[in-house]
Amino acid sequence: MQTLDQERTSAPPKQIEDLSLLGEVSHRTAGVSRLEMCIQCGCCGGSCPSEADMDHTPRMLFAMLRAGMRHAALMSNTPWICVSCYHCVVRCPQNVHIADVMYTLKSMAIEAKLYQDSTAPDFSQTFVDMVEEFGRSFELGLATRHYLKHFPLRLPNMAPMGIGMLSKQRMNITPTRIKGIAQLKAVLKRAKEVEAAS
Amino acid sequence: MNKYILYPGCSMESSARAYYDSLKAITDIIGLNLQEIEDWNCCGATEYLGIKLTPAYALISRNLALAAQQADGTRTVVAPCSACYLNLAKADYYMQEQPVLGQHVNEALAAGGLSYKPGSLDIRHLLDVLVYDVGLDTIKSKVVRPLTGLRVAPYLGCMVPRPDYEHRWSDYEYPVELDRLLNALGADVIEFPLKTECCGGHMTQISPDTAFELIRRLVSAADEHQADLMATLCPMCQMNLDAYQSETNKFFHTSYRMPVIFFTQLMGLAFGLEAKDLGFGLELVSARNALAKIGIEHPAEIPTGTARPKKDGSLPMPAPLPRRNMHTEKGKVVK
Amino acid sequence: MTQHGGTSPKLALSESKGEERIGVYVCHCGTNIAGVVDVQEVAEWAAAQLEHRGVVIGREYKFMCSSLGQELIEKDIKELELTRVVVAACSPHLHEHTFRTACKNAGLNPYLCELVSIREQVSWVHTDKAAATAKAKAVVSGGVERVIRHAPLEPLRVPIHPDTLVVGGGIAGIQSALEIADAGYHVYLVEREPSIGGHMAQFDKTFPTLDCSACILTPKMVQVGTHPNVTLLTWSEVEKVDGFVGNFTVTVRKKARKVIEDLCTGCGICQEKCPKKVIDDVYEAGLGYRKAVYTPFPQAVPKYPVMDVENCTYFEKGTCKACEKFCPTNAIDFKQQDEILTLQVGNIVLATGYDLFDARRVTNYGYGRLPNVFTSLEFERLSNAAGPTNGNIVLRDGKTTPKAVGIVHCVGSRDRNFNNYCSVICCMQGLKFAHLVHERTGAIVYNFYIDMRTAYKAYDEFYQRVLEEGTLFVRGKVAEITDVPRRPDEDGHLIVQVEDTLAGKQRRIPVDMVILSTGLQPRYDAKETAKRFGLSCSSDGWFIEKHPKLDPISTMTEGIYIAGCVQGPKDIPSSVAQGAAAAARVLGKIQQKEISIEPVRASVNQDQCSGCRICNNLCPYNAISFDEDRGVSLVNAALCQGCGTCVAACPAGAISGTAFSNDQILSQIEGLLLLNIDEPVTA
Ligand SMILES: Cc1cc2nc3c(=O)[nH]c(=O)nc-3n(C[C@H](O)[C@H](O)[C@H](O)COP(=O)(O)OP(=O)(O)OC[C@H]3O[C@@H](n4cnc5c(N)ncnc54)[C@H](O)[C@@H]3O)c2cc1C
Ligand code: SF4
Ligand code: SF4
Ligand code: SF4
Ligand code: SF4
Ligand code: SF4
Ligand code: SF4
Repeated sequence: MQTLDQERTSAPPKQIEDLSLLGEVSHRTAGVSRLEMCIQCGCCGGSCPSEADMDHTPRMLFAMLRAGMRHAALMSNTPWICVSCYHCVVRCPQNVHIADVMYTLKSMAIEAKLYQDSTAPDFSQTFVDMVEEFGRSFELGLATRHYLKHFPLRLPNMAPMGIGMLSKQRMNITPTRIKGIAQLKAVLKRAKEVEAAS
Repeated sequence: MNKYILYPGCSMESSARAYYDSLKAITDIIGLNLQEIEDWNCCGATEYLGIKLTPAYALISRNLALAAQQADGTRTVVAPCSACYLNLAKADYYMQEQPVLGQHVNEALAAGGLSYKPGSLDIRHLLDVLVYDVGLDTIKSKVVRPLTGLRVAPYLGCMVPRPDYEHRWSDYEYPVELDRLLNALGADVIEFPLKTECCGGHMTQISPDTAFELIRRLVSAADEHQADLMATLCPMCQMNLDAYQSETNKFFHTSYRMPVIFFTQLMGLAFGLEAKDLGFGLELVSARNALAKIGIEHPAEIPTGTARPKKDGSLPMPAPLPRRNMHTEKGKVVK
Repeated sequence: MTQHGGTSPKLALSESKGEERIGVYVCHCGTNIAGVVDVQEVAEWAAAQLEHRGVVIGREYKFMCSSLGQELIEKDIKELELTRVVVAACSPHLHEHTFRTACKNAGLNPYLCELVSIREQVSWVHTDKAAATAKAKAVVSGGVERVIRHAPLEPLRVPIHPDTLVVGGGIAGIQSALEIADAGYHVYLVEREPSIGGHMAQFDKTFPTLDCSACILTPKMVQVGTHPNVTLLTWSEVEKVDGFVGNFTVTVRKKARKVIEDLCTGCGICQEKCPKKVIDDVYEAGLGYRKAVYTPFPQAVPKYPVMDVENCTYFEKGTCKACEKFCPTNAIDFKQQDEILTLQVGNIVLATGYDLFDARRVTNYGYGRLPNVFTSLEFERLSNAAGPTNGNIVLRDGKTTPKAVGIVHCVGSRDRNFNNYCSVICCMQGLKFAHLVHERTGAIVYNFYIDMRTAYKAYDEFYQRVLEEGTLFVRGKVAEITDVPRRPDEDGHLIVQVEDTLAGKQRRIPVDMVILSTGLQPRYDAKETAKRFGLSCSSDGWFIEKHPKLDPISTMTEGIYIAGCVQGPKDIPSSVAQGAAAAARVLGKIQQKEISIEPVRASVNQDQCSGCRICNNLCPYNAISFDEDRGVSLVNAALCQGCGTCVAACPAGAISGTAFSNDQILSQIEGLLLLNIDEPVTA
């Protein structure tokens, strides 16, 4: 028999409310996010075309941010399922910059290495790597690399599409590189430093 | 001649070649002088924003900085791709709304010897420029082969009419600009209720099942409305609805064959240009049958739009709202 | 705690070196002032350092505005023969009147008292005690310099005309008119529509008690229509308002009815015979028809029809005149012209009500595009036995009874994209609709709400009742209403897409009919009306009251009152209460027969005025007129509120204000800068 006290100390630490979370997300979002103005009306969750696949509706995610549930919020697949349709943004009665908050949460999840499925972060990273390398995006390279890694079983299904796109020359075989790639790299390098410092 | 700075974006050179080809083919006819930004770079689509904020906005802003340098008497940047349009427009807007973002971006740009003063350019979508600057009257006057009988579902997707911080469009949910332009071409424009619903965006890459459902909704609604084709203005929408249509069919055991065509291709057709010079044939779901319909003397009489209740004891409907911007009342009236 | 005030002066009396004998009184306001300002030091400093300016006594006291505080001043005036008083306390808005009265009681002209604020402008806005004390001294010094230059003034007296104008014949205006008329005074009730009644006349039932709206309203309408003290001017509008409290001259346009009221018996044959059917956008909310010559509803007051010349076949094509042919009393007069009436009134009550939010603006709700989406007013007509469907709740096809109905709250309200405020009545209105649908059709009813706002008497009980009836409540702001199905069970229905926030899931709920609980908004012409009457609107467009809590029915313009929804969204009980309250105010004014008004006024020096007219449009009270003959501007002393705008604006320096002349202001500034002291003491 454990005493009540022992039981208390041996229980896993309860999640501590992290009241700085909401402010942090708001601060890191482009523009004026107005996240703290959310009235939990649910118009965002009601508007969302991909809500069915989300762990939490956007509204619920914002409630979790307010409650300081950092781990659970960053683990949520919701930001990764958001398709940036901006339906919620224009309908939100409080003009919360919802889609941009989703971008912030993605970057915070990547930073904290908190996500359930690496498909989306990898896709974004692959895309960004290419842009940083060439200054342009390169659809063929991206799609194949991405599909090989994440949906190898789907590849045969996707083949007709890929072949179609290739035969119609709608995918570049060789990527173009911009002339000012050195300049772009310098800009991005500085940008990362600025971001780290702020 | 109206002069503009053009930001084509990556897709215009690959997956959306039909868009670029047809755009180039019609610019002279309607007197549009587009000057491409020298050595522009990718806008980062919807990907970079989810990784790091400042680099993402710096990436976008390099283009703004280059465009401003090259401006030469004009301040309008035209983007035909909706994701590019949104990224450029949003960056410009947020850097004004939140000056510290502008400062950070400029610190980064300085590393490449560049700078950009937020608010010094007008970022506009191609359709906006065509409808409001070139004007529907001009467009109409160039039509030599009206698209009479072609039932077109106008489809804009999400990122052109939303979030529209600068209030450039008649509405976020049911903007009328594309409808009016297609009307000017003589097409039979369907009142398409899903015209600004999402095509799935990058979900075709990340969570295909999510995307397939969104594609199904759109294609089936267009089919339900007996559209011959869907007209779009976004490379991503065109790609998702066209290239992934067969996967979607497989996924849901359906058999839709809905061609998805860029609106500039239809403009070219109406201006009398050859289909082959307008990028037709690049689409995976062929528009052959749809095109074959044009010119038929007696087009099938299928009613367009929602019928108003008749004089059968039914109650009258309210009159449509005069088309100004419904949200701000600041918007312009379509001429 | 030290003892303060009382009768023993804390400072030695000093002989005044100036011509005036001035008393300075510094208030603690509990700790409001004393917590930040060293009041004792200020009082002592004033007596010592401003002695050469005439200050003979400086005192501090815990609450100057208390009876004891006032008595202190009165006693000093008498005993020390004070000729001027400076009170350093709160803002003049609050207690200027108190201290002026104290002076008056002691036999001193009340305008020789100056109240300077060391609370709002000092203690409440500073934390540094030393600096705040120094600033308080400067403020007192400014007041002393100014008060020296005050002159004794007498209040202006103006007679009050006993007649009253009430604008807007909704329930608020009706109530106001009846109260005044019953008290024995004459009322002109001006209504723009053919009949009085306002919105309430359109409803079927009223929450929370569900009395029949017409049954409780029409008796009041009849009373107004037949009251010997009421002149009812319907189909009329106010065009111009001149004058000031007690003496308004109002120009009213009585639009041509094309019906001679003296002859018409209200038989209704003309309407019956008129061949021209028009959609009735006002009374039937666009859901029904009326004729070109019409009374909007059977119980209309007055009973005389009006002719809508824009739609009349005769005015369009030159033939018809069916109404004239059939009228048994030859009351139709196609040549009748608008009449312009000039009314003299002493007071005005504005009760012009509200407009319904235009639901077409919320494009995602599909109103105007999806036939079976209705607005709240449309539904009122639909459920009204006198409405276009005789009270049958049916779809827009005019016959099908809905099996499932969705009621959407907060349409156009509480939304930064539209109106930011809560429209107050629409939760209750949504519950009323739920009850009516349930009772009349047995349909499944859903109410979609963000927050259920059922404050006030018997309202929450009504909510309980509707819950009991089985209405399904879904907490979530509806995202969209669509007719595009995704699943077979959605085919042929409207689908309400919403997040059920309590279940945490998006739901798509198929229904046959959607009712939008549309919000209220200011009349489309509220801004012009406000301007015509010299009032101001809030940024939302509602008329601004004098004080949001303590004086919700007065306005900044004396003699003009507001009642009902013109002041902001509210229900019928509150509208009626405001109508009655405004009437009480008017009656109070009338009983005074004449009122005294502040003599603090601007006046134009006619020799200096260059006639530039710059001041004319700047005056917020429309007090300045232009004398064309002499080419100079004139200030109407009864309208002027002494705000000083014109004084500052006049490029020729021709306008000066009593009690705020250049001399007074400049010397106050000098006092503030302590230029009146040889060796300024730094705190
Ligand atoms: C659908 C709906 C249902 C409602 N149901 C209820 C309910 O059940 N219970 C309840 O307590 N409240 C209810 N309300 C609220 C109720 O309508 C208002 O509280 C009430 O009508 C306000 O009365 P009013 O006199 O201020 O304004 P109104 O009723 O709007 O009357 C204003 C009058 O002024 C006239 N007017 C306007 N401008 C001018 C002008 N310039 N010159 C001359 N005349 C002018 C108008 O023609 C009108 O006759 C409901 C509201 C709505 C929209
Ligand atoms: S729509 Fe806006 S206010 Fe409503 S829950 Fe979503 S973020 Fe919050
Ligand atoms: S922007 Fe994202 S969260 Fe908002 S509705 Fe679209 S998919 Fe959902
Ligand atoms: S027919 Fe003549 S009397 Fe009868 S209501 Fe009409 S105008 Fe009046
Ligand atoms: S003249 Fe005009 S009002 Fe009279 S019956 Fe004919 S249409 Fe009706
Ligand atoms: S009263 Fe209710 S429905 Fe109306 S705006 Fe307020 S909360 Fe919304
Ligand atoms: S002092 Fe104010 S109220 Fe008086 S006339 Fe001048 S501007 Fe008008």
